[in-house]
Amino acid sequence: MATNPFERAGSSGTITRPPSGGELTTDSVFRGIAYVCAALIVVLTALILWELGKEAMPAISKYGLGFWYGTTWDVNKGVFGVLPEIWGTLYSSLLALLLGGVFGISIAIFLTQDFIHAKLAVVFRTIVELLAAIPSVVYGLWGIYVLIPMIRPGAEWLHQHFGWVPFFSTDLSGPGMAPAALVLAIMILPTVAAISVDAFRRIPYKVKEAAYGMGTTKWEAILKVMLPTASSGILAALVLGFGRALGETMALAMLIGNANQINLSLFAPANTLASLLASSFPEAGGIEVQALMYAALVLLLITFIVNVAGLAVQQYTVRKFEGKA
Amino acid sequence: MNAPASDMTSVSDFIAEPYVTQGSTVIDCNVKKIFYGSFLAVRDSFVPIEKNKITAFIGPSGCGKSTVLRSLNRMNDLIPIFRFEGTVNYHGQDIYAKGVDPVVVRRYIGMVFQQPNPFSMSIYDNVAFGLRLNKFKGNYDEKVQKALERAALWKEVKDKLKNSGLSLSGGQQQRLCIARAIATEPDVLLMDEPCSALDPIATRQVEELMLELRERFTVALVTHNMQQATRVGDTTAFFSVDISQGGRTGYLVEMGPTKQVFEDPQQKLTKEYVAGEFS
Repeated sequence: MATNPFERAGSSGTITRPPSGGELTTDSVFRGIAYVCAALIVVLTALILWELGKEAMPAISKYGLGFWYGTTWDVNKGVFGVLPEIWGTLYSSLLALLLGGVFGISIAIFLTQDFIHAKLAVVFRTIVELLAAIPSVVYGLWGIYVLIPMIRPGAEWLHQHFGWVPFFSTDLSGPGMAPAALVLAIMILPTVAAISVDAFRRIPYKVKEAAYGMGTTKWEAILKVMLPTASSGILAALVLGFGRALGETMALAMLIGNANQINLSLFAPANTLASLLASSFPEAGGIEVQALMYAALVLLLITFIVNVAGLAVQQYTVRKFEGKA
Repeated sequence: MNAPASDMTSVSDFIAEPYVTQGSTVIDCNVKKIFYGSFLAVRDSFVPIEKNKITAFIGPSGCGKSTVLRSLNRMNDLIPIFRFEGTVNYHGQDIYAKGVDPVVVRRYIGMVFQQPNPFSMSIYDNVAFGLRLNKFKGNYDEKVQKALERAALWKEVKDKLKNSGLSLSGGQQQRLCIARAIATEPDVLLMDEPCSALDPIATRQVEELMLELRERFTVALVTHNMQQATRVGDTTAFFSVDISQGGRTGYLVEMGPTKQVFEDPQQKLTKEYVAGEFS
């Protein structure tokens, strides 16, 4: 134990004392554990990258950058390209983000801005969070048996009457972009809603007072004050939701149709990177496995870029609106 | 903290002598009872607010001075359990009458709060907020500059209007909030302990500002600082708290010209309070 230079400073009745040797040890042990845990995350990520890279290496050296913009995936000819999958991944995720984002933020506003009683809001929030607990495969089944039959009449009507609009240019024959994006939107809804709720909850009461004190109506207070104040938290919610959508596998493999094509139509089947991996791995061998590893690396890279970009935008809003360096 | 026991016997039915204003009255506030749930927070207080004067509300903690101030523009409506009995006549219209939208009331009667609460947007947007809200069509830059000048903040921020309002210091933030409140030229400005989070220099600046604002607006000010009331208050309303019934109910003890309230108080309780015998 360290010596106490203030030994004589205490009066005779003092109960102050320096921290004991045990307390200091606990301190350093705890710090050590925290460091190890933090380091493990970095090591794990590096290991995954290393392993993937090693497996994919033959494919990377054989196909190079052409893999990114190739549009054919043919095992027999040994031609591999993932542009349709990249397109499908981004398109489905963006659509899901648009739908899930609007709904999630609306739900967060509804739950936090005095529309319903606080206790009822807790019940609602729990229900929304329960959506996150439903397994992906159940969403897939629900999509096939409930959602696709449900949206088919509407899709047909849109195709017949507005077929000239690129989004409705094909018929919905079964699985396709629209059901996949809808299910994906529902899947990211809890993430977006829960994190947005927290962002709204963090707004101090005095901000609300300031808004109403200026004579805003409820809608003006929410739209012009609460939403900008919560914007950095909401952006974080959207980035997380988008990340989830990019990587979602099972439900998409069941709903998107696994067709290697690039089409703006919402009703056309498509494919995503994650769904390609899930559906091709079981029967793959040799060079295809290496190509799939390469595809996994591509997915990882896209997710990484999206997250970094999202973080940058979020940091920018924090600086701009909240004046923090 | 608490009032001395001297006039315990009569305190629960004491009602202050109504103060008759010399000039014209902008807000005629007649509180009968203010409740938070079943808790009686303030009773029987008649507080007229005079035009182009600064009316200071003073009194010990829990005397209801803030509650009364916040009742003047229906800020308390944000609290669901709040209930107001009485009338607040503003230009002859009871703002608590049925069919009166509190949003409209708050646009004419602005407010500055205890804690600086700028919005998380740029300095310019903070000041322009009320202008946009009221669909002002005209020169925004000019109005923003004028409000910031009046709030004695223009020189410090004129080169960084695009920076966030939250990047300013506490005193600057409070003056920004004042600029935001006066940009739309409201009729009355309510200030709820606007200097309690400020250092003495910023306090002095805000006080000078209040004296200037008096020329154009009517100001009602809650302050915990008796010197502040004497420095800026034209009229002073002294509230106290009645604990004789087991609750803590605030009520108006005395209201009059500031000089009279501090130098020749009519009530024993006022005399004791301004002499610093309790706070």
